[in-house]
Amino acid sequence: MVDTQTLPSVTATDAERTLLAELRLGNEDAFTGLVDAHGPAMLRVARLYVRDAAVAEEVVQEAWLNVLRSLDRFEGRSSLRTWIFVILGNVARRRAEREARSVPVGELESAVESDRFFGPEHPRWAGAWTTLVDSWQDVPERRLLAGETRAKFREALSELPPRYAVILTLRDVEGWSSDEVCGLLGLSTANQRVLLHRARARIRAALERYLEQDEP
Amino acid sequence: MIERHVFTCRELVELVTEYEEGALATEERLAFEHHVAICPPCRGYLAQLRRTIRLGEAVRDDELPEPLRAALIDAFRDWRRASGR
Repeated sequence: MVDTQTLPSVTATDAERTLLAELRLGNEDAFTGLVDAHGPAMLRVARLYVRDAAVAEEVVQEAWLNVLRSLDRFEGRSSLRTWIFVILGNVARRRAEREARSVPVGELESAVESDRFFGPEHPRWAGAWTTLVDSWQDVPERRLLAGETRAKFREALSELPPRYAVILTLRDVEGWSSDEVCGLLGLSTANQRVLLHRARARIRAALERYLEQDEP
Repeated sequence: MIERHVFTCRELVELVTEYEEGALATEERLAFEHHVAICPPCRGYLAQLRRTIRLGEAVRDDELPEPLRAALIDAFRDWRRASGR
């Protein structure tokens, strides 16, 4: 996709600049605060690149070491959080190189499998659903939020190519803004939206398969 | 009976994220909303997608494994010592 718009950017906030100054002075509370704020998300993102939980923890450790070593060079042109996640992404990708995912991206091209719609040659219903689509309104919240449903979500997430999984994790799990994710990954808003769209569609499809089985 | 829309259902499902992100032009947005208002399966799809997004928040677990956290703090102390701060 050709997109000429400039990349959105999010710069460091005042609070981050204060925190940064404390870190540079070697303030341990500033460091643990930062680790507690971003560490869990970093571990979740690392796991999208490397499957092995122990290796993911090593990735997080190495990323923090790189953060500390580069601290004096950080200029605040991105948010501190974005900068930390850029470093994390670099470490994780390097570690993941030998662990290439097998999902062909072609499979992610449409949100919904084409056999759910009438074909283009249909005289009346071309492109319309061939089936009903349940709104899940009757799925109890308890079941939707149950551990097993969340496990299905994580499983579907882990089957996505990392690029898609990272975008979905940052946007929908961590609640990052579109601008910050674009800044982190060097994507245009439009490209990011396409990848997010496909990722969400894949997770939805996996949940649909699971939730529409009878409750055990 | 479903009348002919600007978007088919198949096209509509590809626009859901643009709709949710407020990226559709006004005319497209109105056509999208009109379609959803009169098409139960597309309404179902939109509801499913919104619940999928909401479920994302529920898979967040907000603590680092303690040994990892402790190792990070050790690393910080080493760095502080080594860099003379």
